[in-house]
Amino acid sequence: MATDYAVHAEGLVKHYGRVRALDGLDLEVAEGSLLALLGPNGAGKTTAVRIFTTLLAPDSGRATVAGFDVVRDADRIKSQIGLAGQNVAIDEYLTGLENLEMIGRLYHLAGRDAKRRATELLMQFDLIDAANRIAKTYSGGMRRRLDLAASLVLLPPVLFLDEPTTGLDPRSRRQVWSMISSLVSEGSTILLTTQYLEEADELANRIAVVDAGRVIAEGTSDELKDRVGGNRIEIAVAKDADLARAAEVARRHFSSEVNVDPTQRRISAPSKNGTSQLAGLVRDFDGAGVDIVDLQLHRPSLDDVFLTLTGHQAEEEKAVAPTGRWRRRPR
Amino acid sequence: MATAGALSTAGTRYQPITGRPRIVWALLDALVLAKRSVLETVRVPELIMFVAIQPIMFVLLFRYVFGGAIQVPGGQYVNFLMPGIFVQTVAFGGVTTAIGLAQDMQRGIIDRFRSLPMSSSAVLTGRTIADLARNLFTVIIMLTVGFLVGFRPGGTLFEFLLGILLLLGVSFAFSWISAFIGLLVRSVEAAQSGGFIWLFPLTFASSAFVPVATMPGWLQAFARHNPISVLADALRGLFHVNPALTTGDIRWALIQSVAWIAGILIVFVPLSVIRYRRTTAR
Repeated sequence: MATDYAVHAEGLVKHYGRVRALDGLDLEVAEGSLLALLGPNGAGKTTAVRIFTTLLAPDSGRATVAGFDVVRDADRIKSQIGLAGQNVAIDEYLTGLENLEMIGRLYHLAGRDAKRRATELLMQFDLIDAANRIAKTYSGGMRRRLDLAASLVLLPPVLFLDEPTTGLDPRSRRQVWSMISSLVSEGSTILLTTQYLEEADELANRIAVVDAGRVIAEGTSDELKDRVGGNRIEIAVAKDADLARAAEVARRHFSSEVNVDPTQRRISAPSKNGTSQLAGLVRDFDGAGVDIVDLQLHRPSLDDVFLTLTGHQAEEEKAVAPTGRWRRRPR
Repeated sequence: MATAGALSTAGTRYQPITGRPRIVWALLDALVLAKRSVLETVRVPELIMFVAIQPIMFVLLFRYVFGGAIQVPGGQYVNFLMPGIFVQTVAFGGVTTAIGLAQDMQRGIIDRFRSLPMSSSAVLTGRTIADLARNLFTVIIMLTVGFLVGFRPGGTLFEFLLGILLLLGVSFAFSWISAFIGLLVRSVEAAQSGGFIWLFPLTFASSAFVPVATMPGWLQAFARHNPISVLADALRGLFHVNPALTTGDIRWALIQSVAWIAGILIVFVPLSVIRYRRTTAR
């Protein structure tokens, strides 16, 4: 069945024993676009990828990839997809070249083609110098690149990248990001899962926020940020004594919507007209003798989006499940 | 279909070969993966130890340490021992399949293999074929060591080669049992202990190292019907190292041996393949 979507899911449900990993997941990825599935550990991202890549059958619901049903046409999907899973799926005791050649042979390329394609990918991924070293000697970034290359042996129309930059240093992460971007610009459709807000922000055309096995919001990065509201102004004062006075000044500027956080000595409020409001505010703080240590005007981050949508903070989630943590990647 | 066609652009320079029957792909895919396992064996020093050194130590241990105290009817202990130790070694050799598969699952490479358009038996067949190659290598080393310590098989060259073929059959069958264990357990450590633990009673409570007649009655019942005993006795027959065995005994042991090998394969090949199709990385 032909659709306009490279990936399409309706009401996917999957249980592991009594745990409901997917709870009616709906998803659409348009051809030639990158959709980021954004959510904390345990939200069901990997389960969804495993269903799309035919590794798992859903308990109920249906899904198509490249127009094929994941249950009925599983065999035909396999030649249309590439998968780079959460773990680096390469053989440590084979060289980079042998790894890619093996994958090529398993895609049923002729021996000569498999070798040529492997060499091509090693050059593209800046691994050609390490082509004849066993992968055990590779750095984390090199392994990740080799793994990504392995998913591209046939340059499949639909790619599934499950947390492709987890555990990478900032430089390697940038490298992987630019490779992913160029794949999309060459026409690949990509479904990428991530728990990093910046990653989704940087790469995705559209973002689907998942929590507890379902998509709780979907849209472009801007659309999602708009759902939280416009720009915000945030002020931090130096002394506890100043806080009440500062809040009073702020209320004159922002009417009632001022949020005061005494533990952080922070005041925040939605800003309607940005910089001009800022100038007046600073003047009034000065006049009132309030000592300001930090002042920002910013768009809400995806972090704000997630918290607004789910209503729970990272700390609360940690208490429920030790591994279910919403992390912001350290810069 | 229209969607899929429109999506593929730059990667189409390399086209997969199509139009070969499934059974051909099952074999070709398996060979690609067998090569992978063999390369791994060559590159991991611990595995060489397991494949080559350990069997030699077993031969020397039983020949010179325990051998002097073990009496066998009508012949030399070394001739009784070698067929038994061959069977024990190839049965143990299959455990590399269990460990290898558990490792593939732990590292997530199984997810990649399962997402590829390849034969779904190939990951298992590849490993069991690699075991076969390893075991053949081990048997050759042990034969050499055996000859050095006095092992002298009788019979014809044909019977000798038939014996080696029987050993390879045992190797293949036990590797498939291991494959199933490897797919069931949760970790490499579990595959290591789970892969070996059942083999100890099976191989030692058999005629592999000592004559069954010396065991207590209740154990004899088990040891006599134990496939390891059957296989060791069939091998002794083919190598003509036990004058006590009649032609009829040998033929019966051979029939039973082939039945055991076939039976194990009939049960464990489908079981393992079905299990593999439902497996995901941990």
